Parts: sequence; structure tokens; C-alpha cells
Amino acid sequence: MGSARLYLAVAARGFRRYASYRAATAAGVFTNTVFGLILVYTYLALWDERPDLGGYDQAQAVTYVWLGQCLFAALAIQGGGVEAELMERIRTGEIAVDLYRPADLQLWWLAGDLGRAAFQLLGRGVLPFLVGGLFFPTALPTRFDTWVWFAVALTLAALVSFGIRHLLALSVFWLLDGTGVSQLMMILGVFFSGMVLPLNVFPGGFGEVARALPWAAQLQVPADVLMGETAVAGALAFQAMWAVLLLAAGRLLQAAATRRVVVQGG
Amino acid sequence: MVEGLRAYRMIAGMWVRSGMTYRTSFVFTLFGNLVLTGMDFVGILLMFSQVDSLAGWSLPEVAFLYAASVTSFGLAHLAAGSMPQLGTRIRDGSFDVLLVRPVPVLAQVGGDRFSLRRLGRVVQGGAVLGWALVAADVDWTVAKVLLVPLMVVSGAAIFVALFVAGAAFQIYAQDAAEVQNAFTYGGTTMLQYPPAVFGKELVRGVTFVLPLAFVNWVPAAHVLGRPYPLELPGWAAFASPLVAAACCALAGLAWRTGLRSYRSVGS
Repeated sequence: MGSARLYLAVAARGFRRYASYRAATAAGVFTNTVFGLILVYTYLALWDERPDLGGYDQAQAVTYVWLGQCLFAALAIQGGGVEAELMERIRTGEIAVDLYRPADLQLWWLAGDLGRAAFQLLGRGVLPFLVGGLFFPTALPTRFDTWVWFAVALTLAALVSFGIRHLLALSVFWLLDGTGVSQLMMILGVFFSGMVLPLNVFPGGFGEVARALPWAAQLQVPADVLMGETAVAGALAFQAMWAVLLLAAGRLLQAAATRRVVVQGG
Repeated sequence: MVEGLRAYRMIAGMWVRSGMTYRTSFVFTLFGNLVLTGMDFVGILLMFSQVDSLAGWSLPEVAFLYAASVTSFGLAHLAAGSMPQLGTRIRDGSFDVLLVRPVPVLAQVGGDRFSLRRLGRVVQGGAVLGWALVAADVDWTVAKVLLVPLMVVSGAAIFVALFVAGAAFQIYAQDAAEVQNAFTYGGTTMLQYPPAVFGKELVRGVTFVLPLAFVNWVPAAHVLGRPYPLELPGWAAFASPLVAAACCALAGLAWRTGLRSYRSVGS
């Protein structure tokens, strides 16, 4: 019980830490709105040529764009969550301090990241989504339970997102510099989350693979849950499976890393 | 000016050597940069796997727009891509160190964290440009042939001006540095798609107010023989160098103004 309070406190600090940069948040809202606008216009042109592309109509395509902008920062789709800090701490050797804290290392960072995600969803994500809904036709559900399932899907998405980034950040124990890994994370994250184009639109076998990868759990699945384009139980099970797999793999890798690796800068 | 360029070269050279310390990471990131920036093009290819044209433009034509935008942006990003991080230096006070050195500040900020891995974007954009030039159905004339390199270089200068203006903006805005991404990264993304895709108001804005359209839209419409959504005189297709010069002058002015009003955080 006591430890649950600890992680809650860490999460709350994560939330407040990001909440203190108001100008940065406003700037983020602006940037996401501009990118949303650019994407919406290209998607509208695309769906003009091929109505019903990927099983979406135009309103659904527009909703997908604004949901992507809404979740972009919260799920750290191109990185930039706590994993950036974790990598830097491994590089400088400050991770040694984290290792002798009386707390579980993975849960510590997970709690901090969930706090960050919660703030960025509310502070940075909601506004572009509202702007999009105000100026473009969107396809939002009217049923309350859909929104509840959507919230569950978002929570699972946040876990998957952390799982991916945590794994990649741990590789810095061996690589020592995280620039390359961050870049890899960015490429895979942006493309396979479906930020460029919904994964539903990816053709053939390539599409099948893309829709089975963990990144699909970040944007595509929550979007489909929200717009009623998928069976809810299967979608949530898919997300939960990846969350469990990634977090377990993260634990194993973390154990290996802390056993074998010499801390830098000692 | 000469002194500034010399200083820029020395700072950039130092960062290149420093970047080579972590060799695996360098190779990773160079390759990563190539792939990362190429993902946008893969996105366009995926779109065209489902449709034959976008707002009436064929794949080679959109590829031409894409490549011109990405190559220009890549060159600008290579030269001045660290400027967006100026806000961090202002926040932690290390910007003050740059001010006391007997070297032009802009050269120091521009050369800061210079990295050859940014060449990835240029290489990738150049490759697509080569393909698009062959694949697109163009009535080549001497003027059009000359217009292509002119367009890429002028476009790069326009983006450099944007980076410099963004750096000046950060002196005032500090934490709000991300706003400039909407113009730089947002700009290069928007220019990858045909102007006809976007609302008339938006096209008007990026033609007459923030003249991003001169990076590629206006000259490319002329090369490809496509109508531009707005009525422009014939010489506009060749006006990119003038627009670029004006942008650079304005950005330089903004930078000077910003620098004069800079107040240290005092730490």
C-alpha cells in the first residue's frame, strides 16, 4: 500500500513538472493544430479521390487526423517522454543514484511517464482536437460506453508507449549514446503508429504486418475503438497483450543491464 | 561577414570531430536520418498505391514537389538546424558565454552542434528529385532546366531565414520555441503536397504573407506546366531568389533586434 502511494506521488510530480511550462504547452497546442490542418487538407484530397479508403469515410479520416495530433505528445509517439531523461542519466552515470533508491526502477519511470502523459493529453491534446471538431466534420460517438472503452484503450496505449520507449532507452546501457536509438524510435514511432497515414490504408501484407506491430496499439486501435470500426474486446486484448509483453521484456532487459553493466562516470 | 563564415567553419568542424567519437551512433543516425526523412515519401507512395492522382497531380509531379521541399529544407537544416535549440541555451544561461566571445553570435549559434548526419535528408531528397525529373512529363526548355537548381538554392535560403527568425523569436519567447516548428517542419510538410489540396486562404497566406510558396510551389508549377491556384504574373516563377534575399534581410534584422533586447536569466 505504501509503495502504491509512492508511485502515485511520482506520477503526480510528473504531471506537475510538465504543467509548469505553460508557454511550451501553448506552443505545442499551436504546432499540433497547424500540423493537423495540413494533414486534414491532404486527407480530404485523398478521400475525395477514393471515398471509403481504408474503410473510413471523410469525417472519420478527419477525426483520425485530430486524434493523432491529440495523442502525439501524450503518447510521445516520436519520443521525448521520460525515456530521453533515462537515456541521459545512463549516459552520464547518474542512473547510479536511481539504482539505490528504495523503489522499483521500472515502476518509478513508468509512474513519471504516466503523469507526463496525463498532463500532455489534457493540456496539449484536447485543444487541437476541439479545434478540429469545431471547423471540420468529425465522426464522434454519441454512446457513453464507447467513450469509456476509448478511455481504457488510451490507458493501454500509454502503457504500450512506455514499454516501447523503456526498452529502447535501456539499450543505451550498451550503446552509451542514445542519439541513434532516439532516431530509430522516432522513425518507427511516427510511421508505424500511423501518424503519416492510417494503418488501415496500408496495402496488402505490409499493412497486415503494420497492424500487428505494437505501434498499432498507440493510435490506430484507440481511433478504431472511438469510431466503432473494430470489435472492442479484441482491440483491447491486442493492446493488453503488447503492454504485458513489452513491460515484461523491459523488466528482463533492465535486470540484465543492471547486473552486467559498469556505470559510467564513477 | 568573412570572419563570421570562418568562425562558422571552425565551430562546425569541431562538432563534426566530436560527433565522430561515438562512431556506431553516428552511422546509426546518418542512416536513421535518411530513413526518417524518407518516411514522408513512403507515405506519399502509400497514398498513390490507392489513388492515381492527388488534386489532379500525378505521382512524379508530387514527388517533384516533395523532393524540392525536402532538399531545400535539408540544406537549410544542415546549415542552421541547431538554431531551434537556442531556447535551451538561453534558459540555462550558456547563451551568455557566446556573447562574450569575439566571434559573431549568429555564426556560433548556427554552427552549434553542427552534424553531418543531417546530410541524410539532403541525399534522400536529391535522390527523389533525380527520379522525379526523369519520370515527370515536362516540356524542358533552357529556362526550366536552370530554374530547378535556382529553386532548390533559393528555397534553402528561405528556410535558413525562417530558422534565423525562429532563433530571434526564441529570445523573446524562450519556452515557446516549439511554435517555430509549425513554420519550419510544418512548412516543409505542407509544400510536399500540391497547392490545390489546400484552402485558397492558406495558399494566399503562404504566397503573399509568409512566402513559403516560393520555395517550390510557384517555380514547380511553372516547370510542370500546372496552373497555380492564384493569379500570378509570369515572372513570379523566377522570383524565388529575390524573395529569398528579402527573407534573409528581414530575418537578419529580426535577429539583430532580438539580440539587442536580450536580457540574461542571470544564472
